[in-house]
Amino acid sequence: MRQVFLDHQSATPVLPEVFDAMRPYFTEYFGNASSLHQHGLRVRDALKRSRQQMAALIGADSEEEIFFTSDGTESSNLAIKGAAYANERKGKHLVVSATEHPSVMNSVEFLEKQGWTCTRVGVTPQGMIRLDELEAAITPQTVLVAVHHVNHDIGSIQPMREVGRICTAKNVPLYVDCEASAGWLPIDVKEWGAAMVSFSPHRFYGPKGVGVLYRNRKARIVSVIHGGVQEGGRRAGTENIPAIVGGGLAAEVARERLSQRIAQVAPLQKRLWEGLKLKVPYILLNGPEPGPDRIATNLNLSTEFIEGEGQLLLCDMNGIAVASGSSCVSKSLKISHVLGAIGLDHALAQGNIIMTLGEANTEADVDYVVETFAKIATKLRSMSPMWDEFERGVIDSVIAPTGRGKSFSQHAAEVSGKPMH
Amino acid sequence: MSETYTLYNSTVMEHFMNPRNMGDLKDADGVGEVGAAACGDIMKISLKIKDGRIEDARFKTFGCGSAIASSSMATELIKGRTIDEAMSFSNQEVVDALGGLPPVKIHCSVLAEEALKAALEDYVKRNPSAGSKAPATESVSA
Repeated sequence: MRQVFLDHQSATPVLPEVFDAMRPYFTEYFGNASSLHQHGLRVRDALKRSRQQMAALIGADSEEEIFFTSDGTESSNLAIKGAAYANERKGKHLVVSATEHPSVMNSVEFLEKQGWTCTRVGVTPQGMIRLDELEAAITPQTVLVAVHHVNHDIGSIQPMREVGRICTAKNVPLYVDCEASAGWLPIDVKEWGAAMVSFSPHRFYGPKGVGVLYRNRKARIVSVIHGGVQEGGRRAGTENIPAIVGGGLAAEVARERLSQRIAQVAPLQKRLWEGLKLKVPYILLNGPEPGPDRIATNLNLSTEFIEGEGQLLLCDMNGIAVASGSSCVSKSLKISHVLGAIGLDHALAQGNIIMTLGEANTEADVDYVVETFAKIATKLRSMSPMWDEFERGVIDSVIAPTGRGKSFSQHAAEVSGKPMH
Repeated sequence: MSETYTLYNSTVMEHFMNPRNMGDLKDADGVGEVGAAACGDIMKISLKIKDGRIEDARFKTFGCGSAIASSSMATELIKGRTIDEAMSFSNQEVVDALGGLPPVKIHCSVLAEEALKAALEDYVKRNPSAGSKAPATESVSA
């Protein structure tokens, strides 16, 4: 069976040259960077080189502005909580977009319980931050604005220059989560005037186990993990040297191949979406159309009258790895908050899957996915009472309304006795 | 990949991949359609009842793998049962027959129980003399 990995948003295979560069740091150069002998000093050099590679990827001035963490979640915790606590005396208000990653949303929720307040700025149906609302949300008490570069679910590329301009004008530090964009899109921390930027090499063919937080020298943060004085005292704990070395090389490769990578996946993204649109009736692309507003790796799809986990499982059984934002795949039984924030109908959010392309995908892969997914949709629809009820005119389609029947959500509320959340 | 890993156990996966009794029944004697407010899944069970016994059962489900497997298993289990027996059907039977469900998916089996009971209620409504007692509606909520 053909194997097609379409979940590059979750992980990418480590490049062979990256793996080769990491290997000696497990066995030969195993020293701890805090040690003062030869073994420690040698890996300190490796740490510095990786910081330079990371800084170069995002246009940072100096490697001294790069901090290593364990992953993207830790980076956003450090950025949000670190900035909030460091600026507590200035004010206790934060501003975030409503579609940030859970590591941002949940850090903010934690702070709200500790006495901070937060304004969540809405997005357009395409997932773009509402700049007028952002500007209006910033008060003299605001100590941090967090807006991600590219949305992890629906691939919307945020207008970072404008966001940066607003934050600079209001003199509020800006934290940009670049987890979904780094290694794929150009990032220029100076152009955005970003105080902090985070990203993780495992999204661009580097290893898991290392996250990067860029912090402009002028931005104040305090540590949220306490212990030794690693990472300039901002992040205690032994550095994951092999991952840091591999991540640095992955960043260097990404910088060289940036435009090539996008040039490679953008036509596949178009082919995949065009193919699905043609072969699968009642399918919707969430977020912007493929083009300048959407990262070329991502497709977020809602297939009407069927549920997302079933789609994911049948894709998997056919060798196709995808993700889903449906409530059935989440342990909280809630749909993705991003789909909620763009105002997507609950029934469509239930039928959601996310496909993220990578370097190794081919046209033949895409054609296989289109053909297989069309069969999967047909199979699940044959099992779905909603499809049958749609065909009989009891309920209507949200994607292409026929004008007959009630809405799916209304029907679901009637049979469950409660409105859908 | 040489080995296949699955999200659910092999029985659940088998019922998801090859569901039993999937579809609708022409001239069904009772039809129940219920939705789970928690997750948004919808399940429909149709019954053919003869001489106080469930002769045939079919399901249609809008939901995840475990919801489809639960409805497949529930329809298998209740075929041949009397109305009284079916009215005391519990979601635990589905869970046990499937060899267990992840804790967060137990509500899928509850939905199957509710769909079955809704179908029985529908039958009793259509045949007031048939039901000796009202269906037990209490169920373990997930």
